[in-house]
Amino acid sequence: MVWFVMVVHGMTRPAYRLAKGVEQEMSNHEQHEQSHSSVKRKTMSRRQFLSYTLGGAGAFMAGGVVLPMIRFAVDPILQKKTGGTFVKVAEESAITSEPKEFKYQIHQVDGWYESDPVRTAWIARDQNGVIFALSPICKHLGCTVNWNSQNDNQYFCPCHEAKYSIDGKNLKVAPAPLDEYEVEVRDGWVYLGPVKANTRV
Amino acid sequence: MFKAIYNWIDERLDITPMWRDVADHEVPEHVNPAHHFSAFVYCFGGLTFFITVIQILSGMFLTMYYVPDIINAYASVDYLQHKVAFGAIVRGMHHWGASLVIVMMFLHTLRVFFTGAYKAPREMNWVVGMLIFFVMLGLGFTGYLLPWDNKAYFATMVGIRIAESVPYVGPYIAELLKGGDIVGAQTLTRFFAIHVFFLPGALLTLLAVHFIMIRRQGISGPL
Repeated sequence: MVWFVMVVHGMTRPAYRLAKGVEQEMSNHEQHEQSHSSVKRKTMSRRQFLSYTLGGAGAFMAGGVVLPMIRFAVDPILQKKTGGTFVKVAEESAITSEPKEFKYQIHQVDGWYESDPVRTAWIARDQNGVIFALSPICKHLGCTVNWNSQNDNQYFCPCHEAKYSIDGKNLKVAPAPLDEYEVEVRDGWVYLGPVKANTRV
Repeated sequence: MFKAIYNWIDERLDITPMWRDVADHEVPEHVNPAHHFSAFVYCFGGLTFFITVIQILSGMFLTMYYVPDIINAYASVDYLQHKVAFGAIVRGMHHWGASLVIVMMFLHTLRVFFTGAYKAPREMNWVVGMLIFFVMLGLGFTGYLLPWDNKAYFATMVGIRIAESVPYVGPYIAELLKGGDIVGAQTLTRFFAIHVFFLPGALLTLLAVHFIMIRRQGISGPL
């Protein structure tokens, strides 16, 4: 650092001569100056110039050190989201108006770790025959709900007794309706995509 | 012999004032349990620091066996707990100390509150103390995930969901904490880094400020 200061110091010497400190000039030639000088030059003291130079260089160096690390740390939120892919889950003919539980595997990439975890969906048809799929993750505290485990034609969460209607509408305890999966029906098969907020209630 | 070594160094570096500055200071009678036993309430701050030192030491030794990887984390904790000599003790120190440090810190805070020691001119020390409190909570939160068992996983899920409920910036905070979309491999490495490097660094800095301020301002007077 001492070396660095000395370099800056030496380099700025000519600049200092061009723009002498105002205070010094005024004290030395005060009367002389006042008599005929009307041009006011903006000058910077040597001390100020050096502080700015050192401060700027320091900030530049600190930025060079810190910025890469910050970008490194926030990378996850800036990475491009890959659109969810659809997975073949069930035959269309197997879906009835009564919700049924289907398990299927998705391919999941978590940084350097790839896996095929099992997902669960409750799939049913509504009155118009439209197929919809609900996520079994309770919106209260994330336990797993089951259909009709209380024989009341509702989804029920055993952890805190949250209840949902067949469309996933939150009836008790839970603050929001069950999430829905995006559904695609192709060639007699039901494909499920990413989770979205419930669109049925 | 030690005396000779000490003198040899002291002659060259004049180290006596350094430790004397740290060690030699008057402790007022009203905070000395030898004079009034009830003054033991003034020990909680020191006890918090004592346990913090144990946490740092035991944590350093735990990292000799622990790996922050989702495949091996649980296995490494299981190994150091059950196969390594004194593993249960060293991990036990870290495990129980983590709770104890919160308890001691809480008691210390109560003492400061009820003796009114936070009042002028010591307001800034109260604020720094609160920052230490939050750093400690952060250490507890991040450390809880590291064994990578079910309790760790779901506690972190809940914690991250709480963070996510912050208006506007919540989802970003959650994603930054998770290091991705899910609590997974990148969450574990992130939490490990925060637990072992970032927060201890912040903690030691804040503790230094805390202690320098109390030495500069002195212990507050009796009730």
